[in-house]
Amino acid sequence: MTLLDALSAGLLLLGGLFFLTGTVGLLRFPGVFDRLHALTKADNLGLGCVVAALILQAETGWVAAKLVLIWMLALIAATVSAHLIARFSLRARGGARRTPP
Amino acid sequence: MLYLGLAVFLLLNLLAGLWRVHRGPTAADRMLAALLFGTTTVAVLLLLAEAMGLPALRDVALLFVVLAAVIAVAFTRVPRRFEKGEE
Repeated sequence: MTLLDALSAGLLLLGGLFFLTGTVGLLRFPGVFDRLHALTKADNLGLGCVVAALILQAETGWVAAKLVLIWMLALIAATVSAHLIARFSLRARGGARRTPP
Repeated sequence: MLYLGLAVFLLLNLLAGLWRVHRGPTAADRMLAALLFGTTTVAVLLLLAEAMGLPALRDVALLFVVLAAVIAVAFTRVPRRFEKGEE
């Protein structure tokens, strides 16, 4: 049990570190695409670490399944959001217009 | 106690992200800060659900995750004025 607790605490700290990395990237990187690159990957990995740490402490299987579901949905949402924002930003600066059919 | 500490740390991350909302030169930068808010809020809610023994907060986190995908779609689809206006 103590090994499980230590593993959970380590994963929590790792998740916090990833979140910090994402925030620093958002604040310090020069362009939109750099910030997108830093934010979407680091933050979702941090969320994954936190979810894994909480799964180790979950009482029942249903709680763990719900946590996994939340993480999967977060990954899908982040993927779609990153793609849409990148395309929006690319078009806003006049590149890669959609070709007429 | 580690849960609450990490939750407070993530809230401080959110506060730091507000600086990008204030500063960010383009609308997409501000949208990125909103993306950060979505992910971090979900993590904070999950941590609070475990720390304070409130399982309903997990459902709130689930709702936030589902809404996070809608935000970006609304941002890119609805405000057409950003496309030719603001640099």
